[in-house]
Amino acid sequence: MIEEHAKIVQFIGAANGITGRKKLQKMIYIAKKLQYPYKEKYEFHFYGPYSEELTLRIEELCNMGFLQEERQDKGSYVQYKYQMTDAGEHFTQMAQVPEATRDLVECINQMKDKSSRFLELVSTLLYFDYLPKEEQIEKLHVVKGKLNFTKEEIDEAFTFVMNLMNERAIQ
Amino acid sequence: MSYATQKLAEEKVFKDPVHRYIHVRDQVIWDVIGAKEFQRLRRIKQLGTTYLVFHGAEHSRFNHSLGVYEIVRRIVDDSFSGRPEWDDSERLVVLCAALLHDLGHGPFSHAFENVFGLDHEYFTQQIILGDTDVNEILKRVSEDFPQRVADVIGKTYSNKQVVSLISSQIDADRMDYLQRDAYFTGVSYGHFDMERILRVMRPREDQVVIKSSGMHAVEDYIMSRYQMYWQVYFHPVSRSAEVILTKILHRAKALSEMGYDFEQQPTHFRGFFDGTYTLNEYLALDEGVLLTYFQLWMTEKDPILSDLSNRFVNRKLFQYIEFDLAKDYMKMKELELLFKKAGIDPEYYLVFDSSSDLPYDFYRPGEEGERIPIHLLKPNGEIRELSRESEIVEAISGKRRTDHKLYFPEDILTKDGKKKALKKQILDLLT
Repeated sequence: MIEEHAKIVQFIGAANGITGRKKLQKMIYIAKKLQYPYKEKYEFHFYGPYSEELTLRIEELCNMGFLQEERQDKGSYVQYKYQMTDAGEHFTQMAQVPEATRDLVECINQMKDKSSRFLELVSTLLYFDYLPKEEQIEKLHVVKGKLNFTKEEIDEAFTFVMNLMNERAIQ
Repeated sequence: MSYATQKLAEEKVFKDPVHRYIHVRDQVIWDVIGAKEFQRLRRIKQLGTTYLVFHGAEHSRFNHSLGVYEIVRRIVDDSFSGRPEWDDSERLVVLCAALLHDLGHGPFSHAFENVFGLDHEYFTQQIILGDTDVNEILKRVSEDFPQRVADVIGKTYSNKQVVSLISSQIDADRMDYLQRDAYFTGVSYGHFDMERILRVMRPREDQVVIKSSGMHAVEDYIMSRYQMYWQVYFHPVSRSAEVILTKILHRAKALSEMGYDFEQQPTHFRGFFDGTYTLNEYLALDEGVLLTYFQLWMTEKDPILSDLSNRFVNRKLFQYIEFDLAKDYMKMKELELLFKKAGIDPEYYLVFDSSSDLPYDFYRPGEEGERIPIHLLKPNGEIRELSRESEIVEAISGKRRTDHKLYFPEDILTKDGKKKALKKQILDLLT
């Protein structure tokens, strides 16, 4: 199980830090859907795919000193930033996790540039990827009706996924 | 009268040690309970390997599923019925979802799923929507009814209030398993005033809230969750049994991949070894089947498979030490080398186990788009998150306690025989 911990540290290291728990959850989920080897189990929750296992793993990694968590008070809400520590970097080397591939780093960077709202949209569409596109969108409106995603946002999400898949060479 | 509204001529009751009686009046519910896929849950224990520590914990997912149904029935029939915020046309779908929410669990759920990369939620959906007796019964309500039930369980149903009765931070599932697991393990944690909580639950848009006058009952419930996790669910000896169980399945899979000639062919596992399993093969498995294989594998030629099977069947579990990965990571590498030198395969006999390997959820106050928190309804109509009102809950939800252990077979290392000095070196490192 140590490898799974190390892969998460490596992911956050490759992103040069990730701000926002929701963003981190969705980024790992999307990477998993793109067949990168993350094993955390996800279920659908109010804000889309969510993994309690990942949440616990992040807490463990913070306790071990492999990740640093910074609490940022944004007035009406609190945001958390995660960064790999020197001990964390050493841990990934010792655990002999294969270095992050170029396409994974590119994927991480592209996701990091997006808002958590957009990643919530993408991950929710991916959650229903066993459905035909029209039904995927219909389901999105059922479960995320209040977020009022526009047609432009949905189109952008599909294009985003398609580009990531092309880079990963998944058809 | 339609099948959806059809009532039994006489109410049926199941005697239950937690809720005293489980009441069934709906024909659909009675028929679903009788379906073979639901009866299979009698042969899946609710707490997996915990019975090897708490000998009373032999209760099944069948008991628990009936319990969840009963709690939801009481909420919708006694607490919510007639309230304008509750849509009574959702009654049957939520009752069926409550009854069937664990339908896809396999034998020794977590270990089996981890080894074969499976997900019980997927199988729950497949059983409800596939060619099964349960599906045939649900379809008699309406063509789209199985999908609606599956959506509630999958948490993708349009009415979030319905979903939250089955799956939220204070739901019927948790309220039943905490009390039931406490009863059958015999521990004194896990008890809380459910009657009070049911009386103060109120349906609101997209969720169920708790009247603030019931806050102390909810505090008790949160404390129960916390205590049960550390005292029962993550008990280190029970984890040891789970580690061995996982390693038996890993070994059998590895042997199959190596073309090993099993004396007892693992027919029931073939599809899981190579990923070609069908729904019927999944449904054919239960804990009786697995335990029978473990008995037979005790005499296999492969020394690892036979030893691990012996350990599980005869409860010769691994010893453990607390292990701080951050401090002792190099020690782990050294131990792996020494185990190999001593002829003990560290892949099967030196196991690091973390609290995240068994993610029972703690209360989370819902910061930053995590899970929806528990909301209290104040007398002035204001809604407040629980930990902002309760100092007790705030104290627990702010604490981060994680746990890591290293498991190993102490008996092999202390046994007289070859490589005594090497084994002593290992023991010195472990103690």
